[in-house]
Amino acid sequence: MTEDDLDRNRRHFLTIATAVTGAAGVGLAAIPFLSSLKPSARAQALGAPVEVPLASMQPGELVRVLWRGRLVFVLRRTEEMLARLPQVVDDLRDPNSEVADQQPEYTVNDTRSVKPEYLVVEGSCTHLGCAPLEDFEVRPAEGWEGGFFCPCHGSKFDLAGRVYKGVPAPTNLRVPPHRFVRDDLILIGQDTGAA
Amino acid sequence: MARIEAEVGKPQGGLVKWIDDRFPMTATLKYHITEYYASKNLNLWYVFGVLAFVVLAIQLLTGIFLTMNYKPSATEAFASVEYIMRDVEWGWLIRYMHSTGASFFFIVVYLHMYRAMLYGSYKKPRELIWLIGMLIFFVLMAEAFAGYLLPWGQMSYWGAQVIISLFGAIPWVGEALVEIIRGDYSISDITLNRFFALHVILLPLVLVGLVFVHIVALHEVGSNNPDGIEIKKNKDASGKPLDGITFHPYHTSKDLVVIIVFLMIFSAVVFFAPEMGGYFLEHANFEPANVTATPEHIAPVWYFTPFYAILRAVPDKLWGFILFGLSVILPVFLPWLDRSRVKSIRYRGWIYKGALGTFTVTFLVLGWLGTQPAEGLYVLMARVFSVLYFAFFLLMPYYTAIDKTKPVPDRVTYHA
Amino acid sequence: MLKLSKGASALALIAVLVAPNVIAAGTKVSLEPAEIDPDNISSLQRGARNFMNYCSGCHGAQYVRYNTIGKALDLSEEQLIDNLMFNADKTFETIQSSMPSDDAKRWYGVAPPDLSLVARSKGVDYIYNFLRGFYIEEQSPTGVNNLVLEGTSMPHVLWELQGYQTAKFSSHSNEDGSVTKSFEGFEAMNAGAMDAEDYDEFVRDTVNFLAYISEPIRSDRRKLGVWVLMFLIFFYIVASMLKKQIWKDVK
Repeated sequence: MTEDDLDRNRRHFLTIATAVTGAAGVGLAAIPFLSSLKPSARAQALGAPVEVPLASMQPGELVRVLWRGRLVFVLRRTEEMLARLPQVVDDLRDPNSEVADQQPEYTVNDTRSVKPEYLVVEGSCTHLGCAPLEDFEVRPAEGWEGGFFCPCHGSKFDLAGRVYKGVPAPTNLRVPPHRFVRDDLILIGQDTGAA
Repeated sequence: MARIEAEVGKPQGGLVKWIDDRFPMTATLKYHITEYYASKNLNLWYVFGVLAFVVLAIQLLTGIFLTMNYKPSATEAFASVEYIMRDVEWGWLIRYMHSTGASFFFIVVYLHMYRAMLYGSYKKPRELIWLIGMLIFFVLMAEAFAGYLLPWGQMSYWGAQVIISLFGAIPWVGEALVEIIRGDYSISDITLNRFFALHVILLPLVLVGLVFVHIVALHEVGSNNPDGIEIKKNKDASGKPLDGITFHPYHTSKDLVVIIVFLMIFSAVVFFAPEMGGYFLEHANFEPANVTATPEHIAPVWYFTPFYAILRAVPDKLWGFILFGLSVILPVFLPWLDRSRVKSIRYRGWIYKGALGTFTVTFLVLGWLGTQPAEGLYVLMARVFSVLYFAFFLLMPYYTAIDKTKPVPDRVTYHA
Repeated sequence: MLKLSKGASALALIAVLVAPNVIAAGTKVSLEPAEIDPDNISSLQRGARNFMNYCSGCHGAQYVRYNTIGKALDLSEEQLIDNLMFNADKTFETIQSSMPSDDAKRWYGVAPPDLSLVARSKGVDYIYNFLRGFYIEEQSPTGVNNLVLEGTSMPHVLWELQGYQTAKFSSHSNEDGSVTKSFEGFEAMNAGAMDAEDYDEFVRDTVNFLAYISEPIRSDRRKLGVWVLMFLIFFYIVASMLKKQIWKDVK
């Protein structure tokens, strides 16, 4: 090889080495900027778990709370409401809560809850995020067994937040992490496992 | 016809051709980068333009991310800066980069301007580049001034109070003008809000536009060099300047090294001395603005202090303002004040060398005096050096005309 | 290559910048250096305890979260809750003073300032000397004055520890007839629970903690800075080799 060839190889190698180092530098420098977009310490503090006292809740009553700025429904279901759950199974898209991420594992059951009496779901339609309305009245003529109805695009959910077939919403209403601190106190936003 | 000609010699095919048929991409890259010729003997003084560009990029990027978390309101501004410093992940780094970048912007721009004075870069045919550059400098001052109010600390508030009050010295319209700047009877939430708008929208837009024009003008006439020789005068058979080398890969590979060194210095400040001993971040600015108590010792940030020292040297409000304004504006006229036949200091006589040396010392001393209290010896010194400052510019037509110059060679000085 | 000699003026400019800008804190008294050690975790832990016990009754640190302190000071959540969190029950809360600021204004004339940033605005030496600078002055509403901040409305909170002292001043008549008072020294009146050395140590720890909360990421940024500089040095080596290679063409 002539000296020119050596030089050319060397230059080629150094060009690539410089480009790679520069790209690595830009990549590393991007980390702080992208990380700064995550929820800040204040957002995390404001998004801390929320306590919901149950003592004064009547059977059939729905309570709305905000957790991390998101609407959460807490519904104390009556015996009669619970009895209706198995009756609509055939009309549901995902009756057995098979889509992961829509609920913590401990609520993958027939009632989608820790204690059957208390349903905790996010009040955010899985279609495009509107807040569904509650409509617990049973109207057999319309085929309505009671549940949640989204006014934006007509999605329907049953009394366990499970989505009906043939509506725009693809999945069941999301169940947020929650646990019973005492029999009459739910903590939303925190699992049993976490401290 | 023109279209056919333009297509000759272009890389064949694909996306590049598709774009080139619709937008002069390859032609622009050639004109500004791969076939832009600059002298091969450019020295360290010639890197500050590129560095100013780097700092501008840093300021724009960090500025955008700060804007995402900053609140331009008198009740929330100070706390939102601390929110960025503590609660936003990596917010402290972004903020320190921005505050350090502000000071480095001025360091780099002052050195960039000084380079022009060393090598006569403002002289014909580059007068317009210099004028655009001075405009950039004025906008940068306004940008820095507006930005300094935003943290809403004691220095932000009282510094703005002092500088805005300056305009009150203008006869007849002064008071009205001050009210229009503030939008209120004192500096308030309203002032903060509009300074925010100026700082993040209007002035950066103008700045970026002027920088673009600055570079277009530069590439039209070509870069100067430490010998002050027009390299376009000596071309080879194919029309390429004999002393020129292309911007890429020669100047770019050199600039990259310089940029890395710059980033080392920049990082050293950001990570190890972000307050820079109270010069980059002033101690009193860690206290929220308090309308009822002026800090004992008020000084603008260091990059304004040379002009501030001139302001304080004059014992009259109106004349202080006039001379302050004049000291900022005078460099605009350099292309016409300088009547020397040669550009570069290398071929000038002892008179200009002495004058520029004196001016260098004057500017630094005035900068230092501006940070000191206005009392006793300091006031006397400020007056002496203010006279020297003005003398440098106002006497320039005389001393540059009589200064003995050396013969300028045909080709640039370069030893490989 | 780069001609560094040409950068002499640049260096001069930088030299001017590096000279520290003295904090003007409204005092002519020379300040003794606090000599804090920001890397001394146990000093910071003691300082945190001192702050919570003696300062946080009146002063808040509204930008500082308990869990941030816990992490930096190697404290477990239990230690944090048991030893430091007297005014809060969640670790993500910020340090709020337990005194309503309206009452404070009525009692002291001014609300006790928030201390999140006091170490950055006043400087550590200032606080160190301030906390050691209380002396008896009968006419003052609080019974004391302070050498560093004359006429302060803050009472001598730490008197049980330091005891009380008097200040000796001497007067000189100037040529123009005015009188200059100059400070000659303190004289202990009655002893506190600590001797002078322990008290200085107590104040030093407290000041150290105040310095820490004024910029909690200080040690992080210094550690990161080393890595950034090492990366840039490596980048510099590669890039300057490339530059040399490319510039071989230039004759």
